[in-house]
Order: sequence, then C-alpha cells, then structure tokens
Amino acid sequence: MVNKKQPVDFEALLSTIDAAFPMVQILDKDGKVVNKDIMPDLSDDQLVEIMEKMVWSRILHERSMALARQGRLGFYAPTAGQEASQLASHYAFVKEDVLLPGYRDIPQLIQHGLPVSKAFLWSRGHSLGNEYPEDLNALPPQIIIGAQIIQAMGVGIGLKKRGKQNVAFTYTGDGGSSQGDFYEGLNYAGAYKAPVVFFIQNNGYAISTPRHKQTAATTLAQKAVAAGIPGIQVDGMDALAVYAVTKQARDWAVAGNGPVLIETITSRFGPHSTSGDDPTRYRDQESFDYWEQRDPLIRYRNFLTEKGIWSEEKENQLIEKTKEEIKASVTEADQAPKQKVSDFLKNMYETPTQVIAEQIATFEAKESK
Amino acid sequence: MAQKTMIEAITQALDQEMERDQDILIFGEDVGKNGGVFRATAGLQEKYGEERVSDTPLAESGIGGLAIGLALQGFRPVPEIQFIGFLFEVLDSIVGQAARTRYRMSSTRNMPITIRTPFGGGVHTPEMHSDNLEGLLTQSPGIKVVVPSNPYDAKGLLTSALRDNDPVVFMEHMKLYRSFRDEVPEESYTIPLGKAAITREGKDVSVITYGAMVREAIKAADELEKEGISVEIVDLRTISPLDIETIIASVEKTGRVVVVQEAQRQAGVGAMVMSEISERAILSLKAPIGRVAAPDTVFPFGLAETSWLPNATDIAEKVKATYNF
Repeated sequence: MVNKKQPVDFEALLSTIDAAFPMVQILDKDGKVVNKDIMPDLSDDQLVEIMEKMVWSRILHERSMALARQGRLGFYAPTAGQEASQLASHYAFVKEDVLLPGYRDIPQLIQHGLPVSKAFLWSRGHSLGNEYPEDLNALPPQIIIGAQIIQAMGVGIGLKKRGKQNVAFTYTGDGGSSQGDFYEGLNYAGAYKAPVVFFIQNNGYAISTPRHKQTAATTLAQKAVAAGIPGIQVDGMDALAVYAVTKQARDWAVAGNGPVLIETITSRFGPHSTSGDDPTRYRDQESFDYWEQRDPLIRYRNFLTEKGIWSEEKENQLIEKTKEEIKASVTEADQAPKQKVSDFLKNMYETPTQVIAEQIATFEAKESK
Repeated sequence: MAQKTMIEAITQALDQEMERDQDILIFGEDVGKNGGVFRATAGLQEKYGEERVSDTPLAESGIGGLAIGLALQGFRPVPEIQFIGFLFEVLDSIVGQAARTRYRMSSTRNMPITIRTPFGGGVHTPEMHSDNLEGLLTQSPGIKVVVPSNPYDAKGLLTSALRDNDPVVFMEHMKLYRSFRDEVPEESYTIPLGKAAITREGKDVSVITYGAMVREAIKAADELEKEGISVEIVDLRTISPLDIETIIASVEKTGRVVVVQEAQRQAGVGAMVMSEISERAILSLKAPIGRVAAPDTVFPFGLAETSWLPNATDIAEKVKATYNF
C-alpha cells in the first residue's frame, strides 16, 4: 500500500475554521461574569436601561400573544427568549443608523422610533402601520427572507457615499443564512467596504427545520469568511456580550473598515408565529427546558441584582407601566380609519396612469356611498 | 441635429442626465471602465468617476438590493441588468420590492430607479439573452415598462425614465442598437412615459406594436400600400401603462386591428391590448382583432431565429386577412 501524503489536510482545514469562531460570552447562565476583560464600558444607568428594554420586550411579547389569541392582532412572530439578541444589539446603535428588520424584529423597530400602535396596525394588516415619518430611519418588517440583507448593503453603500458617520443594520434568522440574498448582501458590502452590521439570530429552528439541516457549517458566523469580512459568534442570551460585540462591530464599520456579521445563539420560547405553528410537533420538552434555564432576563437580572441596581419592585413597576402603555396603543390602533382602495390606487405611482385614474373614480364613487 | 444609432442616443441621454443631476448613479456588471458590453455607458466612468459609475460583483439580485438601498438614501439609481434573461435573478428586488415600496409605505418613500436591460431576438445570441420577458413586468403593479423602437424615442424616453420618481424598466432591443441611424437633437428633451406614437398614419387597418416589430410593421405597411391597403402604425413606446386613448382613437378610426409582438403568443402585452380594445371599442370593429406573435415555445436556438421570430411577411398576411374578413 502506497502511503502518499494528501495535498491538503481537509480535517485540519475545517477545524482551523471552526476554531476561529469561538462563542463570545461575558455572563454565564447564572449571571456571573466569566470574561471581565471584554466587559463593555457602560454606566449603571445604561446597564439598567438595557434591562428595562428587555423587560419591556418580554411584556410586549406576552401581551401580543394574548391579543393575537383574542383576535385583536393578526400576524405575530414571538420574540420571547431573544431579548438580549434583539434589545441589547439595538442598544449599540443610534437613531440615525438605518434599521432593516425581518418580520420577527418588531421590538428593535419600536425602539428605533416606530410607535407601538403602528406595530399593531402592521400586525393587523393596515397601511397606517407602514406609514413612517421621514426621520424614522427604518423600513417595515421584511417578509421575503434575505431581501433585507441586500437592501441593507445598498443603504450602507448609500450612507458611505453621503459621507455619513452611520451604519445600516439588519437581522435574519438561521434559516435565512441559506438564502442567496444573504450571501450576496454580505459579499457586496465587503467589496464596497460598506458600513453594515448583519445579524443572524440563530434560534435553532426555521419553523420546524432545525439549524443543522440548513448547512454543514459548524457556525453560521463563519459564513463571513466567504465574503472576506469579520464574523463573530456570540451568546445571544447574554445581553452584555451581545452589546459588546455589536458596539465593536458598529465602531469598526463607522471607521470605514467595512461590514461585520454577528451570529447570536439564542432561542425562541414559543411557536414560529401565531399563524398555527405548534412547536411541540418538532421540539421536545428538554429543548424548551434547556433554553429557559438560559433566559436572558434571568441571568441579567441576577447580574444587576448582585450589583445592587435592580429590584423586584422596580421590575414590577416597569411591568405595570408597560401594560398600561400597550393598552393605550391598542386603543389607538382601534381608532385607525377604515382603509380605502382609492387610497391604495393613489399610492401606486406619483401620478396615476389612465387606467388607475379610472379605477380611483370607480372606487371613490363606491366609497362615498 | 446629428445622425445617431440607438445606443449613441442612450449614452447621450445618460450623460446629459448625469450632468444635470448629481444623485444619478449608474452601476452594473462591466458598465464602468469597460463602458458596458454594448458600449452604452462608454466614457461615463471616465467623466463622472467611480463614485457615480461603478462595476458591481456578478450578482443581479445584489444589483437590485443595491439600487433599493441607494434609493432609500436619496440617490437615483440606474442599474443595468446585462441581458434580459438574467432578470429572473433579480425579480424579487424589482417586482417584490421596488415596485411595491410607494404603496406599502403610503407614499412616504419611493423608488426613483431606472433599470436598463438589453433584450430581443435577431442577433443570434446564446441562450437566455434575447427572451421577450416584458409580459412578466407589465403584469406587476408599481413599475412602468418602456420599449423604444428608434434612436429619437430612446433618448427622450430614457430621459423621462430617469426623471420619473417611480421604478421604470427600460428595455433596449439588441437588434435596434446599431441597425440604423436617426436624427437625434443634441440638446436634452423628454417624451412622456405612457404615450404611444403614431408612426404612420393610415385609414384601413391599425397595427399596434412595439420594439423591433415597429420596423417590421413599417416594411409590411410599405408593401401593403402597393396593394391599396392603408396601414396605421401605433408604436406603444410604453407598454405599462398602456396609452389607451391613442389605441382606441386609432381603432375607432380604422375599424380593424392587428396587434403585433415579438414575444410568444401567451406572453408579451398583445392580449392586454386586445382585451382593452374589446372592452372599449368593440362596436367600431369590422373584423376580429388579429394577432401576430411568436410560437409558444422557449426562445429559439440561435440558428432557428429567422423561422421563429415574427416578421414583416407575417404582419402583412395577418393585416390582409383582417382587411378581407
């Protein structure tokens, strides 16, 4: 037998790649600091603010589930479990940065300036939900998985051409990283050195399809290598780690170094969406138990309580206040006027075409009856 | 006035609008230093720099996303899709995204994007270069589709497209790029989108067509004139939205119509034109509406183009049949 050396050691190659994407973590699952060297520079007030946003988001989630069950909301994609991934990442951006959310990224969109009542109108399917003021630097939630990635790339290139010190940031899920547009967006942003921060929120499932059926890649962060850009894998249940890597990525992008890909390892505690998905068909109880023990709120709460800057009383006050605000937002959404087809027709083109003008006249006659 | 080919007229329109409006950005595969595979953007990168005329990676979907993102930052993107067959790669960005933005955001955002793309048969291209895919686009609310048939129209229509605040797909027929010259004014001018042109006045039969079939219709009309049949040619120029007024006025005048397209019978915009006429002018018709279109097969192998593509003879035959009905 000839024992000739192979030209390339494939096993060594793969393990070298995997080794380059360790999971960044600052707080362990009990809220103990395990990596104080990379602790972000945040004041006590800022640390508390991140907790407030996460608690707010959990309550928004619980109320949204209840409202959807009552038929008072339409499409809703649950967010519980992803608070650190969504809210702590958003906390690293500024109002002038441009957000391109996926359909599960409503909490970031609201934090970026979208009124809660509009988020509810979007869920119900009302045009007012997407009527954004000019200074809201965001697009409505994207339904076509991957489209937000190529568009964020375009926005980033636009920001760079305008000489702005801002970034575009966008989110997709683990399933979304299999799309062509995901790769194209990263690759273009790299080629143009565009200021974009891309997030993969890896919650383990794309509807019922587990993460390991999407790709043979050990991490999703390593997909950045294909675009020649930095990729980071972070504990997505750890608010401090998510904030720290997002801040670093934003600083890097704003400084003109190009885009960054961040994979947050997270979980959704509920179904894929309220449109009839039953996660017990494809996930066992152990999986839910495992992740609920890693609840971002529990560990961050422990961390803040230990520091003496958070209390049960404070949290309960915040919960009550949030519930009241959500109630008011539902009432506001209820008051939206009935949608008119003539308005839809008027929003097709700047100037209606002849055929559309005819249809406007037809519908206005019907609507005035 | 100068004699220009259609491609020269296109380049001049791009140049003059770029000069006028700093927000216009041209990008695509090989449109920069190379000046485009058909020379449509020749000299523009040299004149306006890489910031305004740039080559992209080879990925049409990315080109679409780039255009949308730039439009959101206040630019007026003019992307190029190198050949029409590659439209499928970018259909979501055009039809699923840009076309819907004004509607979905209640006119708080809009997409002033002009997508230029060559198409059309008769030049023996390889597969997926020449297909007549305009029907896919005209069925999509929110975009306009323009198909010029001559150098003069190409310049005026492209100038209008670039100034339009909604997405326009500007389809450039490859056979028309350099096949003839036309008087084209040096100065900038516009031709309104959504307005057809009467290429030739006639009284017996209206031939309603667009793109390369306009030239074929002219040839047919010349022949038919010798036989005493007077053909009116309506060049649609914009195929979405249709200029219903001009179409109906011509039909009411002649009472006979033949709709002509290079696309397959099941594709293109012929059926749409026919149904508008049926709804709006059936009492003026002295004969059923005739149609000339390609067979319902995949676009032909290069050597089979001449027997597949509709031509002047097909048009003349259909006009005679309609006239003698």
